[in-house]
Amino acid sequence: MILQRLSEAHGVSGHEEEVRSIILEEIRGRVEECRVDAVGNLIARRKGTGGSTLRVLAAAHMDEVGLMITQVEDNGLLRFAKVGGIDDRVLPARAVLVGGKRVPGVIAIKPVHLTEKGEREKVIEWKQLTIDIGASGRAEAEKLVQRGDCVVFATEFRALAGPGSAWRTVQGKAFDDRAGCAILAELLKERFPFDLSAAFTVQEEVGLRGARVAAYAENPDAAIVLECTGANEVPAKQDVSPSTRIGLGPSITIRDNSFIADPRLVEHFSAVARAQGIPHQYKQPNIGGTDAGAIQRVREGVASIVLSVPARYIHSPAAIMELGDFENALRLAREALMRLPEALQA
Amino acid sequence: MHELIKKLAECFGPSGYESGVRELVRAEIPRGIETRVDAMGSLIAHKKGTGGGRRVMLAAHMDEIGVVVTHVDQRGFLRFGGVGGVRVLPLMGGRVRFANGTIGVIGLEKVEDASRIPPMEKFYIDVGARGPADCPVKVGDVACFHRVCETAGTRIVSKAMDDRIGCAVLLQVLKELEKSPHELYFVFTVQEEVGLRGATTTGYGVEPEIALAVDVTLTGDTPECAPMAVELGAGPAVKIKDGGMMAHVGVKDWLIRTAETAALPFQREVLTSGTTDACAIQTTRGGVPAGCVSVPARYVHMPSEMVDYGDVLGAVKLLTHALTAPIDIG
Amino acid sequence: METASLVKELTEARGPSGYEAEVRAVVRKRFEQYADEIRVDPMGNLVALRKGSQAGDTRVSLMLAGHMDEIALMVIQVEKGFLRVTQIGGFDARVLFGQEVVVHGTRELPGLVVSVPPHFTDPSEREKPVPLEKLFIDVGLPPEEVKAAVRVGDVVTLRGRWTPLAGGYAASKSMDDRAAVAVLVLCLEELSRRRHDWDVYAVATVQEEVGSVGAVSGAFSIRPTIAVAVDVTFGMQPGLSPAEAVKMDAGPCIALGPNFHPLIHDRLAATAKAMELPFQVEAIAGASGTDAWPIQVSREGVPCGLLSIPVRSMHTPVETVCLRDVERTAKLLTEFICRLEPGFAAALATPDALSAAAAPLPGSPS
Repeated sequence: MILQRLSEAHGVSGHEEEVRSIILEEIRGRVEECRVDAVGNLIARRKGTGGSTLRVLAAAHMDEVGLMITQVEDNGLLRFAKVGGIDDRVLPARAVLVGGKRVPGVIAIKPVHLTEKGEREKVIEWKQLTIDIGASGRAEAEKLVQRGDCVVFATEFRALAGPGSAWRTVQGKAFDDRAGCAILAELLKERFPFDLSAAFTVQEEVGLRGARVAAYAENPDAAIVLECTGANEVPAKQDVSPSTRIGLGPSITIRDNSFIADPRLVEHFSAVARAQGIPHQYKQPNIGGTDAGAIQRVREGVASIVLSVPARYIHSPAAIMELGDFENALRLAREALMRLPEALQA
Repeated sequence: MHELIKKLAECFGPSGYESGVRELVRAEIPRGIETRVDAMGSLIAHKKGTGGGRRVMLAAHMDEIGVVVTHVDQRGFLRFGGVGGVRVLPLMGGRVRFANGTIGVIGLEKVEDASRIPPMEKFYIDVGARGPADCPVKVGDVACFHRVCETAGTRIVSKAMDDRIGCAVLLQVLKELEKSPHELYFVFTVQEEVGLRGATTTGYGVEPEIALAVDVTLTGDTPECAPMAVELGAGPAVKIKDGGMMAHVGVKDWLIRTAETAALPFQREVLTSGTTDACAIQTTRGGVPAGCVSVPARYVHMPSEMVDYGDVLGAVKLLTHALTAPIDIG
Repeated sequence: METASLVKELTEARGPSGYEAEVRAVVRKRFEQYADEIRVDPMGNLVALRKGSQAGDTRVSLMLAGHMDEIALMVIQVEKGFLRVTQIGGFDARVLFGQEVVVHGTRELPGLVVSVPPHFTDPSEREKPVPLEKLFIDVGLPPEEVKAAVRVGDVVTLRGRWTPLAGGYAASKSMDDRAAVAVLVLCLEELSRRRHDWDVYAVATVQEEVGSVGAVSGAFSIRPTIAVAVDVTFGMQPGLSPAEAVKMDAGPCIALGPNFHPLIHDRLAATAKAMELPFQVEAIAGASGTDAWPIQVSREGVPCGLLSIPVRSMHTPVETVCLRDVERTAKLLTEFICRLEPGFAAALATPDALSAAAAPLPGSPS
């Protein structure tokens, strides 16, 4: 299943090759044109039925947050830096995989028996942590890994809810944004009224980098970004918003920290969802940022919108997503794109 | 210009919702000037030159700071976030106004530590609803601060002087400027307060040789304030540096020379934090020498921003003089 | 060309971000003897072109970027004969206290960065560094004379003092990034004696310290096929770990990470190995803090590399470099350029070896 393969693939920002290969294999029979650009974006073109000359870009990012080895110590332990935004608190005692050879390692932490009072109240800064791959010294370590190698969390994809549950939840790493990539790959099976440019972008997590370049090249009139966004449903005392919830359908972004969605597109996606009976929700404003932030301001501006699959615990080793939401996101994207030219007529 | 300023300042227009301001501005643009609206909603008005001049872009932003509803709780109270750089201190007890006219009062949870400024999450808006069902606004709706524009001596006070005063200055220049050798693009941008967004795309689209923003700047003339050599009433300011950019030396010198030659009062501005649309325009395409003519203002990004009417007229005069003559930026 | 005198000349020139005229004139004199074309673009970048020997109209080009601006100060207010200042670029205010500066008013005035003298401060105050807001510049003149000579917006530079040190090291202001500009000069000089296929745009950029303004604009106008930025990086000194700093006198750093194309890194490293030139590898997990960052996402994207010269005490008036590292960086860059074949550009864009037997992409000419 494409979502599982994509989730388990390694693709920390700057090293998306493996993800790109899987996607390329998946879509190569569906598109008329395909290229890899100067920063590594995979950009495909799917011809339309000829009903519209609207230029449309759909984008999802291939990269995930992770770590990068910065130093091999004399004692064989590895120092690292964070690639993209990771909360330091998820790092200690984590199992990881290092480099192209997928060398297993663990992020070591002092045993609790040996910590002092007060120490356990403080967050350990990432700079203090090391990865242990079991090497006895620098020479042995350097046979297996080197500076610059990328590190991902060693998380397997697995189903959580069994048959009989109202939910079909799955757990895995990198649903942000392999879920978006899987949806985009599926969308390429359709023929829309217009020619569709599909950009599987690189380096979103380190500054929306690939999207900017892809949008400049494709020069669209409108863009839809397919993402995976955070759902924060851990019980809280106050009556506060969870941003999104799993099981309630894909979320439409009205505004986040990177952009304000084109109101016509928000209205269009909402109307299509209502008409087609697709459950949907709205992401809490002012949280996070996506490739839309870069795409919207390219050249003279692009009308943009973000459609997301909600998932709990994104940017941590394991996230939880509901497959019904995933399928409804695909449905809503497909139906809304089919009717897009009318919506932007005004 | 008092009526124009009042109309513009009181209009609803937080970032992303500038259409009302745009309509007001468009109605004020003299006949014969071609206008267009770009993909993000910025308004571009082109005054043709008589020939032999430069291609100049002037930018003032239409959007103001505001608040956005992030949650409607079970009892109808609204939680909110900022749209642009909203200061927390002035929120307490303030009034906001939504696009559909709904008025809300900003309240605050009980204060745990009186020595610290509470974060925005501790505030809420009360629109008089009893629950989500009868609440006249929803998540994603945006409100501006609710204040009238009034005068205080030679000063004018309102919400949104930043940057409706810049819009007013540009409109007045457009009216007063008879002939200019230069191709002039008067651009009323959107979404400046959330990251200079409209300036980025209009800068690319207009492709100017020179750009000037018209925006507010701070002053150093209130009790125990951060030091700054700009004051209300001493004339418009020529920006030399701000928190985001170095004004192009040639552009800065051109403006100062213009003021000195015409004996117009002006001030030299170095602003340590905060920036304007010029910062975004300067890095569009192959680079654009850019600067800014600033209207000094007190209490910026608070519901009662104060400018001096003399400075406003001075800004109009400085720009009109500068754009009438040939431009040399070295 | 003698490296020490070249670096001395470049570091002593004044050129705060946005006010690079003086240093640009110095660099221009050095560049133009080796350039087929030279120009100054609208933002002030100095662009020198050396045409390569490639045939044909569609030319492949390499942009080299080294920034000529330096961090400095600017007058925000004149108060009773003393000057209040703000930063142009990022200073550690701790290094300013007691430093000698030059105020560029109606004439150049020597000044001192001062605050309330220790004798008159509370002992507890002396335990904290003086923040920038409490620092003033004293030019030692009566207030009326200061008012006549200095205005709001005047720039203030650090007084450059070239200090040769033992072992081929030297300290000065602005090694960041004049040492890199020196590398560009040495490279152009050597290229003029050799053959290279690719067109080379050597660009002394402006305003890197305030947001890479020059690089953004320059890359857009030049539209290079690839780019290599030359900047400085943190040389090892007490207080820094091997994860944060590199060795001095061990050659230039070739950077790895999302900002850089792996094949450009690999080619630079292979060239250094073939030359038996010492070099180091620097892993940068995100933004590189150099001109390479914006250049990479210009227009449709530009594959980038980065060579960094190790420098101690960065962003202080006593930045310290090993001159041999400057020479090594120049030699590596020159050799890299001379070995660039026109086909290298095409090699950068192919899908990776991992993808199914590198089958041709749909729609591409096979």
